[in-house]
Amino acid sequence: MRILIIEDDREAASYLVKAFREAGHVADHATDGLDGYAMAESGDYDVLVVDRMLPKLDGLSLIRSLREQKVETPVLILSALGQVDDRVKGLRAGGDDYLPKPYAFSELLARVEVLSRRRTASPSVEPTVYRIADLELDRLSHRVTRSGQEIVLQPREFRLLEYLMKNANQVVTRTMLLEHVWDYHFDPQTNVIDVHVSRLRAKIDKGFDKPLIHTIRGAGYMVRVGPAEGEE
Amino acid sequence: MTRAASAMSALGALFRTTAFKLSFAYLLVFALFAFAALGYVAWNAQRLLSDQFTSTIDAEINGLSEQYRIGGLRRLVNIVERRSRVPGASLYLVTTNAGEKIAGNVGALPPGVIDRPGQFETDYARTEDADAPPSHALVRIYLLPGGFRLLVGRDMDESARLREVIRRAFGYSLLFIGILGCGGAWFITRRVLKRIDDMTETTRVIMAGDLGGRLKVAGTGDELDRLAHNLNNMLERIDELMHGMREVSDNIAHDLKTPLTRMRNRADEALRLAGTPEELRAALEANIEESDNLIRIFNALLMIARLEAGNAREELSDFDAAEAVRDVAELYEALAEEAGVPFEVAVEDDLPVHGSRELLGQAVANLLDNALKYGAPTEAGAPARPVAVTARRVGPSVEVVVADRGPGIPEAERAHVLERFVRLETARSRPGFGLGLSLATAVARLHGGALRLEDNGPGLRAVLVLPLRQTAGTPLPPSAAGA
Repeated sequence: MRILIIEDDREAASYLVKAFREAGHVADHATDGLDGYAMAESGDYDVLVVDRMLPKLDGLSLIRSLREQKVETPVLILSALGQVDDRVKGLRAGGDDYLPKPYAFSELLARVEVLSRRRTASPSVEPTVYRIADLELDRLSHRVTRSGQEIVLQPREFRLLEYLMKNANQVVTRTMLLEHVWDYHFDPQTNVIDVHVSRLRAKIDKGFDKPLIHTIRGAGYMVRVGPAEGEE
Repeated sequence: MTRAASAMSALGALFRTTAFKLSFAYLLVFALFAFAALGYVAWNAQRLLSDQFTSTIDAEINGLSEQYRIGGLRRLVNIVERRSRVPGASLYLVTTNAGEKIAGNVGALPPGVIDRPGQFETDYARTEDADAPPSHALVRIYLLPGGFRLLVGRDMDESARLREVIRRAFGYSLLFIGILGCGGAWFITRRVLKRIDDMTETTRVIMAGDLGGRLKVAGTGDELDRLAHNLNNMLERIDELMHGMREVSDNIAHDLKTPLTRMRNRADEALRLAGTPEELRAALEANIEESDNLIRIFNALLMIARLEAGNAREELSDFDAAEAVRDVAELYEALAEEAGVPFEVAVEDDLPVHGSRELLGQAVANLLDNALKYGAPTEAGAPARPVAVTARRVGPSVEVVVADRGPGIPEAERAHVLERFVRLETARSRPGFGLGLSLATAVARLHGGALRLEDNGPGLRAVLVLPLRQTAGTPLPPSAAGA
C-alpha cells in the first residue's frame, strides 16, 4: 500500500514514515499543503494522511480541492483539534476518517488499512452475506450461522460482528468499535469493549476448534482464519 | 515646575475631563439657541414697528392730501400747524416748490431731501431746538398739486429704544447661560463623574491584584449602579475561575508530576541497567501505557476546561436522552454482568433534551464507571451489591440517576469530590484520575442542569438533572443509533 503523509512537523512525519514502512507499506512525505496537493493529485496513493494545520495550504482546503479534482483517494485527517464539531467539519470537507492527536500508531495503522481496503473493495457494492471460514453473516435476514448451525445474537452483538467481518483480516481498534457500533466517540476508561467482544467470542468461537476472533496485542481485534500476527 | 506652569497643567487636565467637554458643548448649544430665538424676536419686532410706521404715515398722507384737495393750501397748513403742536413722534412739513418752509415741526433737513418723493429714512432737526443733535426718522414726501411738498414722518427713537432692550436681553441671556453652564459642569463633575472616577480607582486597585475588591453600588438603581453591579458579578466570576485555576494547577502539579516522574525513572533505570531486550521492551511498553494514561488525563482536563468555558454550545442539538442513556447502560451492562453485579435499567420513553448526546453519554458512562468501581465490589461471600440506572421526567427536567449500594460518600465530602482530581481513597490504589465527576458536573452545567450526589441509604445516588426541551411532545426524528 502506498501512503502519503502530509504533515509539517518533520519529526512526527519521519516517525510515521518509518512506522508505516515497518508495517510493510510504502510511505512518502510532504511538508506543506502545496507540495502535498501536487503529490496527491497524481492519484498514485492508496491513502492520504493529512494534518489539518499545514503551511501554504491548509488541510481542509487541500482535501476539498482534491475532491473537486475528482481525486477520490481515501483521506484520514490527523489533527490536534479533536472535538466533535472539528471532526464533523473534517468529514464534511471530504475526509473519510478523523483521528485526533495524540494518537497511538496502532490505531492509525488500523484505520488506514481499513480505509485502503474499503477503496479496493469498491464500497458501493457491499455484499449481503459476509463469509469467513465456516462463519456466515447475512445482513438482510440478520442470521448468523457457523458450520450451518444458527447462532443467536443480540442486535448489538450482531452489529459488532458485522463490523468485524466487514473489515475481516484488518485490525479493528476499540475506539473504532465504539464509534461504529455504539456511535460514541469518547474514551471509555474501563475495558467495556473487551467485555462485549469476549461475550461475542463466547458465542462464535466456543465449541469450535478454530477461533476466528483474535485479539491483537496493543491494537484491537481482527477476524481472520488462523492466528494473527501479534496475537496474544 | 513653576506655579504658573502647574496651574496651566491643572487647567489642561480640566479641559480634558469629560465634565468640561460635556458642559462646554451644552453651553455652546444653549447659547446658539438663545441667540437664534432672540434674533428672531428682534427682527420680527423691528419689522412690525416699521410696518406700523409705514401704514400710519400712508394714512396721514392720504388724509392730508384729501384735506388739501378739499380746502386748498390754507386748510392743509392749518391742520399741519395744529398737529405739529401735539407732542409726540409725528413729524410734519409743508414747503413751497423751492423748499421754503410754510408750516410743520421739522426745522432742518439735509439739502435736496425735500425734492425726493417717496419713503425713506433721513436725519432731521426739530423746529423747537435747532441746537439739539439731529435725530433719525422715517419720512414720506408727497408732491401736492401746485408744486407744494408735503412731508409726514415718524421719529425713530422708539425703534432705537427697542434695539437697546434687545441688546440688553442678549447680554443677560449670555450671562445666565454662562452661569448655568458652569453650574451644570460642577454638578456633573461632583455627582456623576465623581462616581465614574471612583470606579476607575477601584478597578485600578483590583487590576493591581486585589481580586476581592468590589465596586461601590450607590443603591439608586441608575445606569451607573447597574454597571457597577454587572462589573461586580463579572469580578465574582473571574475570581471563581482564578480560584479554580489555582486549584487545578496545584492538582496538576501533584497528579501529573507523579506519573511523569515514574516514566522518567523507568526509562532511566532501563538505560542504566541495560538488561535483556525483553526487559527493555517491557520497560518501553510500560512507558507507553503510562503516557497513554497521561494523554487520557489531558484529554479529560481539556474537555472539562472547554465545557466550563462554554465553548461547546454551538455543538448542541436536540436528541432523546432516553435513547442516549439506554445505549450507555447497554454498553456497561455487559461489564456489570461480567463482574456478577445485578444491573437494573429503568428508562422512561421519550425524554427530549437540547444538548449533546455524546457528552451526556460520556457523563453517564463516568457515573456508571464509578458505581461499578466503588459501589459494586463486595467482600467474598457477601451478596453482590446492585447498581441501578434510571431516567425519568421530574417536573420540567429529566433526572438520570445512577445508584449503587456501596459505601457511599459522607455528606461533608460530596461537594469536594466534584472538584477536579479529587479521589476519596488517599492511597489511590484503584485506577482512575478523579476527573469523572468533574466532567459530569461540567456536562450538566453546559446543559443548564446540575449534578447532585445523594445518600442511597446505603450507597450513592448520583443524580444528573437536565432541563427537558421546551417543545416537548413534538416527535423526535428516529435515532441513528438504532437498537
